Amino acid sequence: MISQLLDRLNKYIDPFLMGCIAFSCIVGLFVLYSASGGSVDRVLSQVFNICVALIMMWLAANISPHYLERIALPLFVLGLLLLIGVALLGDVSHGARRWLNLGVGRIQPSELMKIAVPMMLAWYFSKREQSLRWIDYAVATLLLALPVGLIMKQPDLGTALIVTAAGFYVLFLAGLSWKILVGGGLSIAVMTPIFWSMLHNYQRKRIEILFDPFQDPLGAGYHTIQASIALGSGGFAGKGWLDGTQSQLDFLPERTTDFIFAVFGEEFGFLGNVLLLILFMLLIGRGLVISSKAQNTFTRLLAGSITLTFFTYVFVNMGMVSGVLPVVGVPLPFLSYGGTSLVTILLGFGILMSIHNHKTLMSTS
Amino acid sequence: MRTRFEVKNHSLEQFQYGLRLNVAIGLILICFAVLLGRFFYLQIFKYDYFQTLAENNRVSLVPIVPNRGLILDRNGVTLAHNFFVYTLEITPSKAGNVEETFARISQFIEVSAEDRKRFKKLRAQSHSFESVPIRTNLNEVEAAKFAANRYQFRGVEIRSRLFRHYPLGNLGVHMIGYIGRINEADVKVLEKTEDLSNYKGSDHIGKGGIEQYYERQLHGTTGFQQVEIDADGQAVRVLSSKPAIPGDNLVLSIDAKMQDIAEKAFENHRGAMVVINPKNGEILSYVSMPTFDPNLFVDGIDADTWKALNQSLDKPLINRPIRGIYPPGSTFKPFVAMAGLQEGKGLPPFSIGDPGFYTLGGSAHQYRDWKPGGHGQVDIQKAITVSCDTFFYGLALDLGIDKLTSFVSNFGFGKKTGVDLLGEIGGLLPTPDWKMRRWKQKWYPGETVIVGIGQGYTLVTPMQLAQATAVLANNGVAMKPHLVTSVQKHNGAETHMTAIIKSHEMLLDPNNIELVKAGMVGVTQPGGTAGSIGAGSSYNIAAKTGTAQVVGIKQGAKYNAGSIDERHRDHALFIAYAPAEDPKIAVAVIVENGGHGGSTAGPIARKVMDYYLLGKVPSVPLKDPSKTPDTPLVGDAPHD
Repeated sequence: MISQLLDRLNKYIDPFLMGCIAFSCIVGLFVLYSASGGSVDRVLSQVFNICVALIMMWLAANISPHYLERIALPLFVLGLLLLIGVALLGDVSHGARRWLNLGVGRIQPSELMKIAVPMMLAWYFSKREQSLRWIDYAVATLLLALPVGLIMKQPDLGTALIVTAAGFYVLFLAGLSWKILVGGGLSIAVMTPIFWSMLHNYQRKRIEILFDPFQDPLGAGYHTIQASIALGSGGFAGKGWLDGTQSQLDFLPERTTDFIFAVFGEEFGFLGNVLLLILFMLLIGRGLVISSKAQNTFTRLLAGSITLTFFTYVFVNMGMVSGVLPVVGVPLPFLSYGGTSLVTILLGFGILMSIHNHKTLMSTS
Repeated sequence: MRTRFEVKNHSLEQFQYGLRLNVAIGLILICFAVLLGRFFYLQIFKYDYFQTLAENNRVSLVPIVPNRGLILDRNGVTLAHNFFVYTLEITPSKAGNVEETFARISQFIEVSAEDRKRFKKLRAQSHSFESVPIRTNLNEVEAAKFAANRYQFRGVEIRSRLFRHYPLGNLGVHMIGYIGRINEADVKVLEKTEDLSNYKGSDHIGKGGIEQYYERQLHGTTGFQQVEIDADGQAVRVLSSKPAIPGDNLVLSIDAKMQDIAEKAFENHRGAMVVINPKNGEILSYVSMPTFDPNLFVDGIDADTWKALNQSLDKPLINRPIRGIYPPGSTFKPFVAMAGLQEGKGLPPFSIGDPGFYTLGGSAHQYRDWKPGGHGQVDIQKAITVSCDTFFYGLALDLGIDKLTSFVSNFGFGKKTGVDLLGEIGGLLPTPDWKMRRWKQKWYPGETVIVGIGQGYTLVTPMQLAQATAVLANNGVAMKPHLVTSVQKHNGAETHMTAIIKSHEMLLDPNNIELVKAGMVGVTQPGGTAGSIGAGSSYNIAAKTGTAQVVGIKQGAKYNAGSIDERHRDHALFIAYAPAEDPKIAVAVIVENGGHGGSTAGPIARKVMDYYLLGKVPSVPLKDPSKTPDTPLVGDAPHD
């Protein structure tokens, strides 16, 4: 009876992904405990976040991809309307307008778009797959530009980046011509100096600081410098859990959220970083396998985009903390404190599981 | 057939997709290799370097707060400067049990209840790793006593902090302003202007007057030191440093001595005075009465003193010259006269026989002259000299409200003068359009009539009135009023003079100027409304008195100053410039509830003009700036 129930519950859960996710979450809780200076409250609150996110993942895994395909367009339109709502009457917090108060609670529609945009574009390409022409890529680009523009205006550079990436991956996987890809890359390279010459001095300075934190060590560069010191002093094997001097003293800012990787790197060292990279690569690899085995265009593109977007989170966050990328507010999956992005990420993994495990059903029907 | 085609297509598509996936995998591997390389560089290759920075000797970035620029008067008298005091500070995150440490400290060093309150407040506002002052103004004995017992108190240290001090205390406080602790609203502004990182380590920011308007110049650029600190948080070695760039010094056009004479001349009256050099727009005195001591705010004002200041009926915190709005009363008449003459109205030999009141056709309402029975036969020059209301009632109606207001706005009424202070109010020049917008009512001719004598909706600030007087004195050429005449770079090498700007020029007929000015000169001569002001003067004064009603008087009733509450008495106004032939100084004075302009406001203006033009100093003792030491000693109280 109980085993039957467990089977029912586990029917659509991918054991490999689930194992990796569970392990990542546990590692995340340990790091959070250290980063928050031993705050049990913080850890419990994150446990709650993880539970909510896991339930969302389970629900997503149990929904058939057919259904996802059906709601792709309405979901996208809803997300767009909510984003417009945010722009018109959203709540301002920390100088940005990101939240929409619905009376019952606040939501962050830009987060929804991280899923809705790839769904929409995957749906669009799956509809047009018989007669794909360049115009379809143009339409898709426009569909992508609309929400990204609205998110940039909030302003939320980190989310805009993730949504752009999610959309771009669908375009890329759907076969956007190499000519356009290479040409686009080249024209950006050509436009950069022109764009640069049009900027005001203070705008240039801001961008320069993004790439060279030592220009403003007390302001914008402070985070990066402190994170580098934390990581570097971790050495090969790290200083040990709870023993990171940079993290435990108050040198490291935002050390439970966007910069938590610095705490991890200080306490677990190069070795820990390599193992964490491997763990993330396992998740990404599994996602790509699911994508390549998917049976129709919609599920294939969606699975590919979700997986590559997850990779983007990891790369942008680790790159920013270790100082190879400028500072943009992108959290590290499973480690950064916070519920919203965790829900989005696990929702993505739920969809991956659904795509993988509803396959047989699809081919028989 | 069709199925076969689809299958084929399907596999081709899958092949293409596989290709794309492989490209993606390649890119992922490259990206991860970059990360891995970076980790290797930081954690293996540069490990020793970062290890030194972090492990035993941790690196801390310490901001070096720049010295705030000085504020000086035109003769180099210091109005605001800085000095060092020893403070006892605690860093909660290092101290462990703050309450217990605090209790032990108070056994060594006296900590008052006020210090305790301030500490609580500041601690709540700051991060646990920021140091919070327990006591300021430690004297040498106290500092030595603590130093000897320092080992007992983890996280507590003696620091020297820079304090702002206003050596002349109350003098010109509304113009100089003061600095106060940076609050959340300030932080928001700094974030917006992207100046926040320049305020790392700064506790204070300009909160009013020159201190606020020129915050950017006065603050300077924060430097920083990279220092190694040991496990106790003590600096061991400086690794690198970038010095702070001190703020610029500001030289004001104000003469501190004249400012003092002016403030003292107000005695116990409330009011405002602005003195301008009409030739270049320099503000020579800027008075707002009553005043308060800016030094109270520097170290965080206590709640009771703040409450007393804020709730006082005298409203000492209001910056009256730019934020006080008053009906101009009869001081408006010279400007109305100029408007009339330029429009060809009231030109001599035109004159009226004044019966002591004015009526509009078809109405029984009498617009009364201030002098019962009237002034007899009156032309425009006499109308200014004797302040004949009846003449200006008629002139205003003849001109019409639109022409009147649009002309006098050239003198700067109804808009900000642009003086270098924040929060200036533009006053009000009423028009039918304005009334429709504001009150949704049409304009009545009777309202035009009373605008002619500066009553009704018309509102001006003392600043505007002074500027208008200066423009008139300067024959219609408006110079931009300003307080700061030069900005000195900290090393004294460079001095930037404030540009003297001609805002605009009115084209006035010299004959008309002559008429109005002659009327104003008459005011301070026998027979004028302020005859006593000119008495015994070695130079000629052109002036105009004014009275602004605070409480409306019923038709037929008589205003009797003695019988009404002091705060309901009329405001006294007085504008003047001198010498009349070649104006060097223009003055506007408002004495709140001072009654008639000639008798209370006029003498104040005369004292200031006597000082400026003749160097005459009244017998009242003045503030002595030498009372405060130039290089304050440790423990010197920042109070006057």
